[in-house]
Amino acid sequence: MADGDPVFAGSTAGGTNPEVIEAIPVRHRGRWVAAAIILVLIAQLIHWLVTDSALEWDVVWHYLFSDQILTGVVNTIKLTIIAMIIGVALGVVLAVMRLSKNPIVSGVSWVYIWFFRGTPVLVQLIFWYNLPTVLRSISLGVPFGPSWFAHDPKDLITTLVAVCLGLGLNEAAYMAEIARAGILSVSEGQVEAASALGMTRLQSMRRIVLPQAMRVIIPPTGNETISMLKTTSLAVFVSYNELLGAATNIYSRTYQTIPLLITASIWYLFLTSILTVGQYYLERYYARGAQRELPPTPMQKLRWRLGRKEWS
Amino acid sequence: MTLGSREPMVKAEKVHKRFGRVEVLQGIDLQVEVGQVFCLIGPSGSGKSTFLRCINHLEKVNAGRLWVDGELVGYRQSGDKLYELRDREVCQKRQEIGMVFQHFNLFPNMTALGNVMEAPVRVKKESKAAVRERALALLDRVGLGDKCDNYPAQLSGGQQQRVAIARALAMQPKLMLFDEPTSALDPELVGEVLDVMRGLAEEGMTMIVVTHEMGFAREAGDALVFMDGGVVVEAGHPREVITNPQHDRTKSFLSKVL
Repeated sequence: MADGDPVFAGSTAGGTNPEVIEAIPVRHRGRWVAAAIILVLIAQLIHWLVTDSALEWDVVWHYLFSDQILTGVVNTIKLTIIAMIIGVALGVVLAVMRLSKNPIVSGVSWVYIWFFRGTPVLVQLIFWYNLPTVLRSISLGVPFGPSWFAHDPKDLITTLVAVCLGLGLNEAAYMAEIARAGILSVSEGQVEAASALGMTRLQSMRRIVLPQAMRVIIPPTGNETISMLKTTSLAVFVSYNELLGAATNIYSRTYQTIPLLITASIWYLFLTSILTVGQYYLERYYARGAQRELPPTPMQKLRWRLGRKEWS
Repeated sequence: MTLGSREPMVKAEKVHKRFGRVEVLQGIDLQVEVGQVFCLIGPSGSGKSTFLRCINHLEKVNAGRLWVDGELVGYRQSGDKLYELRDREVCQKRQEIGMVFQHFNLFPNMTALGNVMEAPVRVKKESKAAVRERALALLDRVGLGDKCDNYPAQLSGGQQQRVAIARALAMQPKLMLFDEPTSALDPELVGEVLDVMRGLAEEGMTMIVVTHEMGFAREAGDALVFMDGGVVVEAGHPREVITNPQHDRTKSFLSKVL
């Protein structure tokens, strides 16, 4: 800019900068009143939590790191991971099938989603658990012909397998719809550019469409994972020893129901908190390329804020 | 530029294309010689982009015949029967035809270099090292040697379009299709893309360019076709058509865009 430019003359010349505005900010009295009311309520709640002996906090702490509960925690994590792996993998396959031009393939996917979304997950869980009672044997071979390998269903469908199938197959139906929305969110031009370069449909799906769809798929998948972590507690109905199962086993013996439910809840909250943080960083990873600059992580924000305080 | 003995790069005979009830192309006849810069102009909706997309089979021709380098597009003729090509065969043919889009369509999840390297590595299965060298040279050539590691979102429109041209060239095509390559750009950025295209033309690349840039058509074009309503209204040398149009429709169109 030229020196004579009236807009920039002041700032470049230095001494003639206008006075910094220091106005009295608007008072928000309502906020103070609301804060006071809420503080009182919280104080009451804490007072009740700490003083009421019926909550038996010593029991809560006693069992929090007990072997039984820890085994339950591990099993809950195991179930969540296996069920989500089944759910995501099968879900993406179902989504791609659903968008296929082959009417049989997309029809199969439609029926699957219709069935597994249309029946309660608890029903499916109990169904898989009881399946061995109606199956005489599970075999692999020529349809209606000889089989190469046969098994007693009771050996094959253990409680763990039944729970994983029940939760995973149900999850796949929901994940399929999430993945489908993600795939549809990628613009047509991307597929066109890929095919103009000679990429096959599968190549463009794997290299171009799915990586971009991830940005849309990840947030609801995080939701689903958190939801799954809690849904694993349904395994109590087929007496699988996950977190709630472990707590139930203990309180059915000691009748300390509420303290043990609090123990379980503390673990559930802890695990979902970890998942929430993980989701944040995963989203950030898949946002690269979509945004000019990645948003700062909470740690970076904290560091900057502390840094700024030091200057002023 | 035309070599009399060689077959034309693209030959169209009475090409028709329908979208539902709308007949977008109503019998296109034209011929693009090897090494030519062939410009397609016309009002929007005249079918020029659709015709361009027929050439690499992004759209299926409903009637008529279309050949690229002597081979029928999308079909195989055996006797008097036409057989649809398999997906794999269509992909094979597309590898030899580069295409540049109005909205660039770079892959946002890959860097500029990644965009250029993707197809040669994944589709042609060339060695990464060799492709990398070629991709860097191409990016350098379009003036973006220093932007290799940038994602498309970090580039201006003109830079993105130049990456898109490099991406198409990385497949070493024998024909380049440009679908309004400068229409989505700020006027300031149009020049840098046209410069790259001019350089390509000088090297003898066969190019079919759908454009509204009459200056480019006049200077760099070897042939020009004015399309309207799904038919070719007027064809000839760009300078003649633009300075001395014969048809009223061409005259009125040119009077608006010049």
